[in-house]
Amino acid sequence: MEWTSYLAPLSQGAWVTVQLTVYSTILGGLFAFLFGLGKLSHNPLVKGFSVAYIEIFRGTSLLVQLFWIYFALPLIGQAIGIDLRFPPVAAGVAALALNIGAYGAEVVRGAVQAVPKEQYEAATALNFTSRKRLWRITLPQAIPEMMPTFGNLAVQNLKDTALVSLISLGDMAFRAEQIRNFTQDSVTVYTLVLFMYFGMALVVTAIMKLLERYVGRWRAAGR
Amino acid sequence: MNDANPDRDTHNGRDVNKGRDPIIKFDKVVKRFGDHVVLDELDFEVKRGEKVTIIGPSGSGKSTVLRILMTLEEINDGVVYVGGQPLWHQWRREQLIPASEQHLRQMRSQLGMVFQQFNLFPHMTVLRNLTEAPVQVGGVAKAEARKRGMELLEMVGLADQANKYPHQLSGGQQQRVGIARALAMRPKIMLFDEPTSALDPELVGEVLNVIRTLADEHDLTMLLVTHEMHFARQVSDRICFFDKGRIKEQGTPEEIFTAPKEERTRAFLKAVLDPDD
Repeated sequence: MEWTSYLAPLSQGAWVTVQLTVYSTILGGLFAFLFGLGKLSHNPLVKGFSVAYIEIFRGTSLLVQLFWIYFALPLIGQAIGIDLRFPPVAAGVAALALNIGAYGAEVVRGAVQAVPKEQYEAATALNFTSRKRLWRITLPQAIPEMMPTFGNLAVQNLKDTALVSLISLGDMAFRAEQIRNFTQDSVTVYTLVLFMYFGMALVVTAIMKLLERYVGRWRAAGR
Repeated sequence: MNDANPDRDTHNGRDVNKGRDPIIKFDKVVKRFGDHVVLDELDFEVKRGEKVTIIGPSGSGKSTVLRILMTLEEINDGVVYVGGQPLWHQWRREQLIPASEQHLRQMRSQLGMVFQQFNLFPHMTVLRNLTEAPVQVGGVAKAEARKRGMELLEMVGLADQANKYPHQLSGGQQQRVGIARALAMRPKIMLFDEPTSALDPELVGEVLNVIRTLADEHDLTMLLVTHEMHFARQVSDRICFFDKGRIKEQGTPEEIFTAPKEERTRAFLKAVLDPDD
């Protein structure tokens, strides 16, 4: 079989991979801010919940999290009478986002704490409320600091999407496996997939770089 | 508040006894950092419109006085009054209880602070540094805040820098923006915490000139911590010499600089005025 004939099914899988990456990275970013700021909260309940989330999802394997959400959660739901069956895409996106969000939360916390305390004092002296201080002063300075690490996490997340093939989601890795089973042409298939992941990683890196430049554009002014 | 005082006692051409009631009053204020006592039952008053300079060796609690007033530093004991109202406390059933955040926000609006390290917001343009708080906190309309911001920049001689970012300015220019930013909130009391200490010597003058202009405003109360003795002598109604968390000596600039009574004051002034001896 010609290698070009692999491209159609692999592209179909690539599209699934792209969707998984985009959805889970955005959702993961949301979790990162939610729980990263939650960990800095003075409310012990919010703080405790955030710490627990971060530690649990950083301290367990993504594969197990994925299987747990897809296979274990529906059974638990059945036992307590709630329908907790999710389609593979939802389960995949949720597991990836929860996992990447836990790592991202630590990045958010670190960057927020790294904003000099003098900025906090200047904002207080100008009578900012704590909420406006966070949104107007702290976060705009902290976000550019987060971006390089977020870039790494996004690429990491792209590569992690390959795991969702194990809950029979038709992503790129899943299609590759199918083709290989059918043709036994491991070298060609996996070389193709290798390059396709690499190409996507380059695109993700480029997007994150642009984003980084955008949120930190004030730093480059006049330079 | 009675601003018409018959006993006119003037210094530097200004009326010293502008109001009978102090706008700032420290009543036996204690501030500790761990075991270290920074303010030791400090009693201290500033009258409305008065320009007071605090001098003293480092660690004597000078900056702490300003930071307590700006609510950046809590007190351990005593009461601080601003405009007759307790700053770190509030009244409830004739009792003083610790101030709520709401009370602190209300009190803070009377004060503005200029920091040693400027502390401008690096992610905002110069003009935005001046308009952000009035718009976000003071509820001023954007156009109005911009107009007032430009006026203030005009005053500090930086109208042409309005759209630059702080890192594009020199230290002296940044500090002038810092002063304008504090003024944008229309405070009654301005606190200057060593405003020229972080500047290259040739940039000190431009900042002092701006502060000098402000000192001519009768209604503005000014509290200044500085090592610029010559300048302090020119603009102050009163000089307070701090040592070990207390006011060791205070008086008019003439009294302090030409005839200090305390040995400690003499030694300090000699050390800062003729460092080569």
